Amino acid sequence: MALAQRFDLQQVRSDFPGLHVEVHGQPLAYLDNASTTQKPKAVLEAVRALYETQCANIHRGVHSLSAAATQSFEAVRTQVAAFLGASEAAEVVFTSGTTEAINLVASSYGRRALSAGDRVLVSEMEHHSNLVPWQLLCAEVGAHIDKLPLMLDGTLDLSQLDRLLTDRTRIIALSHASNALGTVNPVAEICARARAANVVSVVDGAQAAAHLPVDVQALGCDFYALSAHKIYGPTGVGVLWGQADLLRDMPPYKGGGEMINSVSFEESTWAEPPQRFEAGTPNIAGVVGLGAALKYLEQIDSADVLQHEMHLLARATEGLSALPGVQVIGAPPQKVPVLSFIVQGAHPHDVGTLLDLEGVAVRTGHHCAEPVMQRYGVPATVRASFGLYNTLQDVQRLISAVQSAQGVLT
Amino acid sequence: MTTAKAKSLYPPALLAHAKDARHEGPLTDATHSARCSNPLCGDRVHLHLRLIDGRIDALRFEARGCAIAKASAALLAEWAPGHSPDEAMQQGERLEQALAGELTEFEGFEVLAGVRDFPTRVGCATLAWQTLKACLEAGPT
Repeated sequence: MALAQRFDLQQVRSDFPGLHVEVHGQPLAYLDNASTTQKPKAVLEAVRALYETQCANIHRGVHSLSAAATQSFEAVRTQVAAFLGASEAAEVVFTSGTTEAINLVASSYGRRALSAGDRVLVSEMEHHSNLVPWQLLCAEVGAHIDKLPLMLDGTLDLSQLDRLLTDRTRIIALSHASNALGTVNPVAEICARARAANVVSVVDGAQAAAHLPVDVQALGCDFYALSAHKIYGPTGVGVLWGQADLLRDMPPYKGGGEMINSVSFEESTWAEPPQRFEAGTPNIAGVVGLGAALKYLEQIDSADVLQHEMHLLARATEGLSALPGVQVIGAPPQKVPVLSFIVQGAHPHDVGTLLDLEGVAVRTGHHCAEPVMQRYGVPATVRASFGLYNTLQDVQRLISAVQSAQGVLT
Repeated sequence: MTTAKAKSLYPPALLAHAKDARHEGPLTDATHSARCSNPLCGDRVHLHLRLIDGRIDALRFEARGCAIAKASAALLAEWAPGHSPDEAMQQGERLEQALAGELTEFEGFEVLAGVRDFPTRVGCATLAWQTLKACLEAGPT
């Protein structure tokens, strides 16, 4: 069958040097994109160019290099604002990743918003990074966590939502797309119902941003977090988008340079957002790399990419489901290209090692989403996740490697 | 070549040990008990042993994990009876050294030798032994 993609897949593949390594003497089939994506040359070159030609600290030098680096850094803030449909660049806070972005909201907004007896509603499909910060916060202030239940088809039980949005609920935390199952949640509907109940929404966009158009205003959320390294950018950089009026009332998250207005030995006043939340020297080169990644993605029609990825997901789902003893976990109506499965009689780690020997890189384990595993009564799964550069050949190699692994292990 | 590597990691004897449930389950009159897990992969071992007159009389376990972790636990349960805590600790250390490539002899644990070539899986092979160590260090329950 012909590939469904309408962009030049071979050109895209040649843009990513990391795809062309050998693993155990085999060409790499990289199917761990939900963990991190490979980086295009444009990103690697942008990071290198920053260090080679604009290596200076930002926001604090009068010299030319510092001004140039500041301009490069701040230009990415504007780019990210456009990527997310934000109304202003000042709503974009750079962090080290999605995890830090959510911790920032929990520490800064959450501590102020929550009192003893209040409630935080968290979906059962969250990555630990959108659960544990709320556990820490609730333990500190004497608040409670409620669970928005996950059903076995991989979707959230929205019939419970209104009941769980109590008059003590202050925050709802949910993912735009699940890292373990691939489920795309109806975020706009959930956020609208939350907002009607005066509940602030915190959306983990780590898995969605590489695949789905994100428009924070259309989604109607209050905070949205993502990681650069899952959208073909560098590791160590993330974004927190927050509603301007919420950010303005939030206290600093970390203290240090850059985030102050004035400092005396006794007290300080805070800079306006976003600098208030960016204490210390940020990952300047990483942010510039994120800018290059967004620019790279802009060259390709995102609808074509999504169509291609969904084609790969569908073929992989069909092929694996057809193997006796293989069970795909969850069948939600809308997914990002993430596929979790188990092989009867074989532990995911053993399957993962054997796939690796064939050059097929997948993630195995609980995917930092232990409550999801508990819901399905499995300790772990094998997860294949696709990116714009994957091919039908990658899918076929996955299927035959799973078949071979069954031959060895069962 | 790939198949040969796969077979060296998962020889039939290892898979047979992994499926061997004779030593799985609780132990009556256990004197020592401990749980350990590998947070990287979520594997867990809960180990029980009965110490009589300074010798391990019986050892049983409950494990949730991969074939390597379960086979290693089954091998330990077979080996342990009759050995003293000191002997068990020393054997555990020698096995770890063998898996790290520092010793060449596997002393009856040859079925695990293939793991040596897969550094990401060594933790699976040592989990039961680490649980044994935790058991003995914690003292009688």
